[in-house]
Amino acid sequence: MHCAPTATGTFLGMGMAAVTTTQSKRTSSGRPNLTAYLFLMPAVVLVVLFFLIPTILVLYISMTNLTSANFTADIAQMEFIGFANFTTLFNDQFAQKILFNTLFYVLVTMAIFNVGASLFVSLLTTHINRRASFVFRALWLLPRITAGTVYIMMWRRMIADPPFGILNQALGAVGGTPITGSEYVWTFVVIVNGMIGMSFGMVIFTAAIESISKDIMNAALVDGSTMLQRIRYIILPLLRWPLLFVISYQTLSLLTSYEQILLLTNGGPGLYQTEVWALTAYHRALSNYFGNAQWGYGSAFAVVLVVIGVLLAALYMRVFRFRDLVAEPKIETL
Amino acid sequence: MKVDIEQLNKSFGTVVAVHDLNLDIRAGEFVAFLGPSGCGKTTTLLMIAGIYKPTGGVIRFGERVVNTVQPRDRNIGMVFQSYALYPHMSVFENIAYPLKLKGVSKDEQRVRVQRSADVMGIGDLLHRRPGQLSGGQQQRVALGRALVKEPDVLLFDEPLSNLDARLRLTMRGEIKALQKRLGITSIYVTHDQVEALTMADRIAVMNEGLLEAYDTPDDLYDHPKTLFIASFVGNPPMNILPIQAALEGDAVILQNDALRLPVRSERALKAAQQHGDLLMGVRPEDVTLSADGALCGEVFVVEPLGREDMIDVRIGQHRLAALVTTEKRIRAGNRVRLDINADKLQFFDPASKRSILWT
Ligand SMILES: Nc1ncnc2c1ncn2[C@@H]1O[C@H](COP(=O)(O)OP(=O)(O)O)[C@@H](O)[C@H]1O
Ligand SMILES: [Mg+2]
Repeated sequence: MHCAPTATGTFLGMGMAAVTTTQSKRTSSGRPNLTAYLFLMPAVVLVVLFFLIPTILVLYISMTNLTSANFTADIAQMEFIGFANFTTLFNDQFAQKILFNTLFYVLVTMAIFNVGASLFVSLLTTHINRRASFVFRALWLLPRITAGTVYIMMWRRMIADPPFGILNQALGAVGGTPITGSEYVWTFVVIVNGMIGMSFGMVIFTAAIESISKDIMNAALVDGSTMLQRIRYIILPLLRWPLLFVISYQTLSLLTSYEQILLLTNGGPGLYQTEVWALTAYHRALSNYFGNAQWGYGSAFAVVLVVIGVLLAALYMRVFRFRDLVAEPKIETL
Repeated sequence: MKVDIEQLNKSFGTVVAVHDLNLDIRAGEFVAFLGPSGCGKTTTLLMIAGIYKPTGGVIRFGERVVNTVQPRDRNIGMVFQSYALYPHMSVFENIAYPLKLKGVSKDEQRVRVQRSADVMGIGDLLHRRPGQLSGGQQQRVALGRALVKEPDVLLFDEPLSNLDARLRLTMRGEIKALQKRLGITSIYVTHDQVEALTMADRIAVMNEGLLEAYDTPDDLYDHPKTLFIASFVGNPPMNILPIQAALEGDAVILQNDALRLPVRSERALKAAQQHGDLLMGVRPEDVTLSADGALCGEVFVVEPLGREDMIDVRIGQHRLAALVTTEKRIRAGNRVRLDINADKLQFFDPASKRSILWT
């Protein structure tokens, strides 16, 4: 299928341990091939350095009682406490709320923006004048290429509580009732993150739509489709792989993203109102309210996230039928 | 359904792809658009299909002006060089797609798809995906899909160019026979003159967005109206030589710096009435070896074509290609005498590049 190379290429770009294993298994059928391993080295080094070692470290720290309070020159004071942190975590009265927040945040942002809006914008911009569509797409890339802090500062000015805030000024000018950020806090968290996240899908979907052969697009019209029927019966089915890819990649990236929420609400304004799992890991380990960073406990949160991430990645590999994607092309037989 | 094209124009920005095209296609006729790559054939076809909007001019299906009619309301079928099958649909779904959009019932879809597939000889492949078919089978599916809705007009855009030579030959015959049997008005775009000459009732020869000629294959071959047609139609191509013609008694002397050829023919007489320089055209099959031929030259290339050899003869600085039987065993370096069939000569005005014989 035409879109397979796109998906494969980007998937490899994710540099996940599992991908590397799959690859090396394929090439090592029979006698080990030294050259093949050499070619794999850069990827292996990166994965080991930036995924495997940190994961092992975090896993180890999560089984200790390490905090900033007991972190002295005498590292021996750190105690190995087994799964105690995890027991605490599962009994944490807020863990359930945070988990629910995370699911809500990931699913809603992804459905509306990372997949929904990006697909909509891609379909729209591939059906209009080329130059206009280019401008339109460039605009949608702005949130992603703006520095995170600047982007969030702009949003905070925009949605500040009355009498400040551009939104409220505008609402006031047309006689609307002013809104407070805390009332609509989830709405804004989703919008702010979604507007960054949707450009990823937009780029992938647009490329996939434009790579559908012109002849197929014309044939669909000659065969009697309206524009909408062509989208429904021809374009969307051909976007199956890019769709699956964007969904899987974006769940993982939303699950682990917290910077924007940190800067926008810092998990508030109510108690854990917009706190998500990755943010909790950060709060516990690096920015505890009481000035005592619980490195061990925070790591336990991070480990849970890693486990969920690896499980999802493995699941997506199955759904993607990754082996099929990298299968050698069959020689065209006439 | 007859198709009329009047003063049709299409530009893309500053590129003029089609310029002032006029064509009338009779109901049931098989017309080929023939021309080199980039001459505007596909653009014209896509305007007839309704994919492109003309920048000027009128397209009529029957009496109805269709310029702004959507492709789906034109009742056309189209076959592409790349087959353009929907890769995610089975053969059945591909062929049924136009019917599904028309709201034809599932039962009738099944009957009509089967009938269309049987006609194309792919009745047993209905459950396969396009990716599991050979090129020839894919093109049959594409034809089946184009035929299934019983179109008023069939459009082909170089449908055989991706197939191997043998398959091309078979499919050529099949498409031609099918078209004659069904009587569907058909427009067939090709850059392959053999396809155009063997299949079409009439051929529209296009060059750089302009219509060069619109004639039957025989007329194009025997009565080329322009130098372009003369040199484009026919394989191997026609020899073109600069020449002057003068009347001498009841014979016409055709001569230039390297040759002098006395001939007696109607065509030469016409040419002799023109003063000054001319271009003479003669097809390789009308040049023959002859012991007392008026032309003498040295063979410098022999190209075996199987049944015949094509020899390239140098006469002074001019070159003349001739088809000779292989039995003569001509070799490069031989000196040969040649004669020309004077009744088949063509003459062109070098300035206007138009024929002196046919208008
Ligand atoms: N969509 C387009 N945009 C710009 N120029 C085009 C487009 N389609 C065709 N052209 C130009 O118009 C001319 C005719 O093209 P085309 O009809 O495809 O030729 P042909 O089918 O005879 O090979 C070419 O010069 C081509 O570059
Ligand atoms: Mg073309």
